Amino acid sequence: MATFFGEVLSVYSRAVEEEDEEELDDNEEDEQIRRELEEKRAVHLHWSPDVTESLRSGNKLQCSSFILAVGHNAASFLSAYVLASANWDAAGRALAWNERSRSGTGRSGEESACVFYRHKDEPSVLICNVTCHIAEDQLFEWTEKVFDCLQSRELAVTVLSDRSVADYKTPDYLCSSSAPFLRSLHSSAFADRPVCPSLEQPNIITGLPAAVLNHCQVHRIAAVVYQCYSDVAGPDSVTVESYKPVLNKLGRSIQVNSPPSTDVLRKFLRSAEIQSNLYI
Amino acid sequence: KKNVSSGFWPNFTHIILIRIWPAVAVGNVGQLAVDLVVSTLNMSRVGYFHTDCLIPMAGNNPYASCKDDTEELHTPAEVYTAAELKLAVLQIRAPILQTRSKRFRQQLVSWIKASGFSRTVVLSSSHAYQRDDQQLTPLRYLITPSLLTTSADALKELSWREMERMPAFPGVKDADAEPRLCIPGGGITKGLYTDSCAEDLPLAVLLLFCSEGDNIPDAFALVNHLNDWLHLLDGQVTLKYHFSCESAEFKRDMQVFKLYLYIFIYFFPDFSYQSQEPNRKWKVPSSWSLLFGSGIPPALF
Repeated sequence: MATFFGEVLSVYSRAVEEEDEEELDDNEEDEQIRRELEEKRAVHLHWSPDVTESLRSGNKLQCSSFILAVGHNAASFLSAYVLASANWDAAGRALAWNERSRSGTGRSGEESACVFYRHKDEPSVLICNVTCHIAEDQLFEWTEKVFDCLQSRELAVTVLSDRSVADYKTPDYLCSSSAPFLRSLHSSAFADRPVCPSLEQPNIITGLPAAVLNHCQVHRIAAVVYQCYSDVAGPDSVTVESYKPVLNKLGRSIQVNSPPSTDVLRKFLRSAEIQSNLYI
Repeated sequence: KKNVSSGFWPNFTHIILIRIWPAVAVGNVGQLAVDLVVSTLNMSRVGYFHTDCLIPMAGNNPYASCKDDTEELHTPAEVYTAAELKLAVLQIRAPILQTRSKRFRQQLVSWIKASGFSRTVVLSSSHAYQRDDQQLTPLRYLITPSLLTTSADALKELSWREMERMPAFPGVKDADAEPRLCIPGGGITKGLYTDSCAEDLPLAVLLLFCSEGDNIPDAFALVNHLNDWLHLLDGQVTLKYHFSCESAEFKRDMQVFKLYLYIFIYFFPDFSYQSQEPNRKWKVPSSWSLLFGSGIPPALF
């Protein structure tokens, strides 16, 4: 763009750069590299044996409630308040390699992955904790592959998502004491009442919550996204506890614990802090 | 690979429709212009363009006018119609994934063909800093041969300029290099145009030279130019004259109407029917608020 003094700076433009002549696909090697890269970036679902058994011959998993947590605080909330009750079986995991992911075929660390859990007594309730980064070109595929395994009739989807309060636009300046707070966005098929105010214009959601919500909107599945805007970048107990109002909505389908002790909460929050050794 | 699912799109092949969609290009001018069209004409959403080629995003109704319709989810690419104008609009709100732009173009082209639109208009933009000396006026158009046969007269009347072909290597005198079409910052515009020529589709591109920044004035400029051609706002004149297009009675009524209007303008020259005060005719959607961030913290001063 042109600056005030007239010099031209190359800044990021919202236009997609058109690859004029390179699109001729003459180069076999380039084409092969592109294909291999695409295969490497493909999303893979690995289910546990009994889930694989249920999915055989084109069947879908009976699912009445799918709860997805995207981000460390959302995942810590579900881990501490719901999954800690030991009524849950690990049902599978999703692997999506990209430049920012640390898991994949190599290290299979629990903290950076997409892990699915199924309730032992009510197998139609499925939870997924997503703490790894899923790239923009993988979001659609992730969503389609997961929802392809779930039957969509009478399905209710709840998504918890972390976000920085810097991304929240409001005409009145938001001082830090109001964060963290929740905002909701739901599909047209969602008939229930969200536990927090709706996300005001001109704010939008992006990433995996948006991909899931788009899928549910187009396929008429009841879905709601609860986005928590926090002023803390990393794992934080205050942010985790701000998801508590959502428990009332989840409690219908699953047994909810009494509030976890601070030790339990600390355990989940500490595991995500180890990666940062910038300040020793 | 996922094909675009147009299952929600009703069968419009028996109705002649023109269609506008924006190319994701510099300044997002096309998208802003389409926002104005959808918002002003109160168009209703009829379908989703559900594709894996766009970056996912979601938000509440960007065209909400009252409390009742604010909580309505909107997706990255949606189709709106105004049946009385036989107009369909595809609004694309998210960037196209770089590795999938070719596939997205193919999906769009096959959708146009399947839907049978009588003509398609693409609203786009191009970098203002990469112009030739002859390109110092802002508006350009491109038109495929099949649309040129029907629209040549209208374009001549509007005296628009066709997008110039640029030499492949400026400054180097190379007799072999053909001047070629170049739309820097135009995203998929050029590809769409060339694909449409190859498929013999009636398509026109309307683009504006602009820079990144506050592109609202550019959007108004583009949409006013579009209106000069398509007369989308003719039904919105304050005298509230409703009519149906393409009937003999309409033509006769318009003659009478224009006569009265000219008489009116003669006596009241400040009242303008054409584009003298363009911005007042278009309704700005609620999603245009806070384009440059939140409110300023008072502690800053």
